Amino acid sequence: MPTNAPEPQPASEVSDKGAAAVRFRGVHKAFGDNVVLRDLDLNVEPGERVVIIGPSGSGKTTILRVLMTLERPDGGTITVGGRHLYHEEGRDGSLRPAGEKHIRSVRSDIGMVFQHFNLFPHMSALENIMLAPVQVHGKSKSEARALGLELLEKVGLAEHANHTPGELSGGQKQRVAIARSLATDPAVMLFDEVTSALDPELVGEVLSVLRDIAEEGSTTMLLVTHEMGFAREVADRVLMFDQGQILEDGTPEEILRNPQEQRTKDFLGAVFEH
Amino acid sequence: MEDLILSEGQYRQLLVGLRVTLSVLGWSFLLGVVLSLSVGVMRLSSNRVVRGVALVYVEFARGISSIILLFIMAYAIPILFGFQQGSRLLLASLALGLNMGGYGAEIVRGSILAVPKGQTEASIALNLTPFQRLRFVVLPQALRIILPPFGNLTIEILKGTALVSLIALTDLMQVVSIIRQQQLANQVSDVTGLFVNVLMIYFVIAQVINGVFRLAERALDRRFSSRPGDLPTLGGPATAAAGAGG
Amino acid sequence: MTAAPPSTSISEAPAGGRHRRWYRDPGRLVPVLLVLLGFAVLASVEAPRGRFRTDVIAGRDEAFSFEFAVSIIAPLGRGLYTTARATVLAFTITLVLGLVLALLRRSGSRLVRWPAAFVIEFIRSTPILVQFIFFQQLVRAIDGVSLGAVQILILVLGVHYATYASEAYRAGIDSVPKGQWEAAIALNLSPLTTWTRIVIPQAVPNVLPTLGNYLVAALKDAPIAGPVLGVPGILFAATAIRGDTFRQVEPFLLAGAGFLLVSLPAAWLVRRLEARVAYERT
Ligand SMILES: Nc1ncnc2c1ncn2[C@@H]1O[C@H](COP(=O)(O)OP(=O)(O)O)[C@@H](O)[C@H]1O
Ligand SMILES: [Mg+2]
Repeated sequence: MPTNAPEPQPASEVSDKGAAAVRFRGVHKAFGDNVVLRDLDLNVEPGERVVIIGPSGSGKTTILRVLMTLERPDGGTITVGGRHLYHEEGRDGSLRPAGEKHIRSVRSDIGMVFQHFNLFPHMSALENIMLAPVQVHGKSKSEARALGLELLEKVGLAEHANHTPGELSGGQKQRVAIARSLATDPAVMLFDEVTSALDPELVGEVLSVLRDIAEEGSTTMLLVTHEMGFAREVADRVLMFDQGQILEDGTPEEILRNPQEQRTKDFLGAVFEH
Repeated sequence: MEDLILSEGQYRQLLVGLRVTLSVLGWSFLLGVVLSLSVGVMRLSSNRVVRGVALVYVEFARGISSIILLFIMAYAIPILFGFQQGSRLLLASLALGLNMGGYGAEIVRGSILAVPKGQTEASIALNLTPFQRLRFVVLPQALRIILPPFGNLTIEILKGTALVSLIALTDLMQVVSIIRQQQLANQVSDVTGLFVNVLMIYFVIAQVINGVFRLAERALDRRFSSRPGDLPTLGGPATAAAGAGG
Repeated sequence: MTAAPPSTSISEAPAGGRHRRWYRDPGRLVPVLLVLLGFAVLASVEAPRGRFRTDVIAGRDEAFSFEFAVSIIAPLGRGLYTTARATVLAFTITLVLGLVLALLRRSGSRLVRWPAAFVIEFIRSTPILVQFIFFQQLVRAIDGVSLGAVQILILVLGVHYATYASEAYRAGIDSVPKGQWEAAIALNLSPLTTWTRIVIPQAVPNVLPTLGNYLVAALKDAPIAGPVLGVPGILFAATAIRGDTFRQVEPFLLAGAGFLLVSLPAAWLVRRLEARVAYERT
């Protein structure tokens, strides 16, 4: 896998290690002939909440997946908390493709919540949450259990600790999945349309958990969502994405109330019609 | 068809053979399971060499007849590798286990592929190592799919154990031949009683194997969900609930 | 109420290509034809008779003598041919009896269904080696009946795999959607027409790969009849050479290699057939 690490950028571009939580430089990704990310540049500051909107197929999911290392970019560089994700830096500042160990170490700063939850069906809610703290972070079982119960309490599911995913509603599953990701204490959390697979009456409970996270923590959040009301509420910044590029970038007020681009207007018109 | 009940002495002889049959079954099952899991995982390795080695083994193990493999093990291998005192029982188990591993590896491979991709992705997002992903997330779910065909495979191995009588191991089948010789010497013409008895013994063992695997399946199902009828199905046409839960 | 448009218009029907009958698809026809050709040759031509022996004498301290190995290729090949021939003849029994068992297993009457299920399960889960010897002794004990070793092999192997084939047929028949049966009833087709024109044509492509697998499996079980019945097949040949020359490395290794030479291409053909079917189902 490390063999197809992206081509490094010229050294001059990568020398300025800002404090950016996430930085994309010239990231390129194609599936066959289908170019999904075109020379993407993106900076996300620590603690910032960025909502990504855009039409279906525009590459929103791919941005998150590339950052989560579920897809390898074809070119460009990505840094997380100032450290390169796909490259290792030599003493002279030169970049070479990173090994699995390096990627794993940087990846520990990132967590992700999926559209279809991806809970482990053979484990209870609590076991789902405890897995990474025990196996990855070396916590004792009792520490992990205490943490898991605390997080379940936080997402309002304390009394469902021993239920398996098959026994939970969609909204409950997604709240467990959020708790599972929180348990790894990531600096950056990615949310990919986490309410899209839910029945409408279950969306609220998940959004309110997201709101809590946004309010209390210093966690950097990247959210893909079609919930515009929610976006306006929690976002520091909204990115309008189209055809693998950032079409507009601004405050929720600017993008949602007063879009400049025609395609943004069309997109928002279509979304708000519902 | 005079008598379906054999004499006590004959049953005692059969019991001795049964013990050999069961230990061959046990050893080859053990080896077969280890090979199935390791080669099944190797078949999915990202390393081409590892994949290739696994494929060659699988093709070899499935392509060769188990009786011929048994004869090679018993007669050719000891001479080629220069050990005269090798245990026949272990060599026989090795042959049957190698055979089972070839089929088992393909079952394991198919079952791993049937676990939804989202499961692996979630475990990457939790930063599990590749081994931990396999150990805690993928294999436990693949196990549910592996079990039924593995039950059948185990019964095939049970049937295969009868072959060891041909390389002079005193298993159940060999004892039957001995008893038959004794019968012929005593002018007993009826063969039905003896063979119905021994076929019944094999049949009952096979049913026990079936039962054990059923129990294991049910125990796993209970882990997946305590509510019957709400089990996440893996592979196959996923139900809406499974899609959401998976 | 209102006149419905004529059921999905003709233009929507897939044009040509995709919906050819299975026997017009070269990817499936070629393996089937090859198997049929092999069947015909094997069924009609017997292996030349003769003892399995060689005049080459290998050095005592040689673990593996190349010259000796080459000299036993021909007799082993003759044995392999006999094994393959018996397998193929047995499989004709398998194909027919398997279908009969499958139909009995699906019978509406419990008095038929349950005994059929028991017999199938019983034969399937007991060793074929025991069945070989049982049948041989049984035949020997009955006055006036005499069967040769090859005939016993063919009968027992054929019946043994018929129990496997019956399950394959059953799965194939069950794979035809219920709606097809209901449509046949709605069209008032006779049971015979329903089976021959609706069910069997749809079931066959799904069953073929499984049957192919069982043919390969039967080929692997056939050599057992050498040591126990005296059928002059490949294992018998190897054992005879061993008895003659006191060499046991070359005969068995070569028997294994020769076996792979037949079973690997056979398995490859079956997999091609399988891939075809999988593609068709998507
Ligand atoms: N694994 C993949 N293989 C091939 N094409 C893909 C894959 N994943 C995504 N795509 C394509 O990439 C494009 C962007 O997909 P995605 O990032 O999921 O968009 P969005 O989340 O904005 O709807 C789409 O055209 C999609 O078909
Ligand atoms: Mg998406």
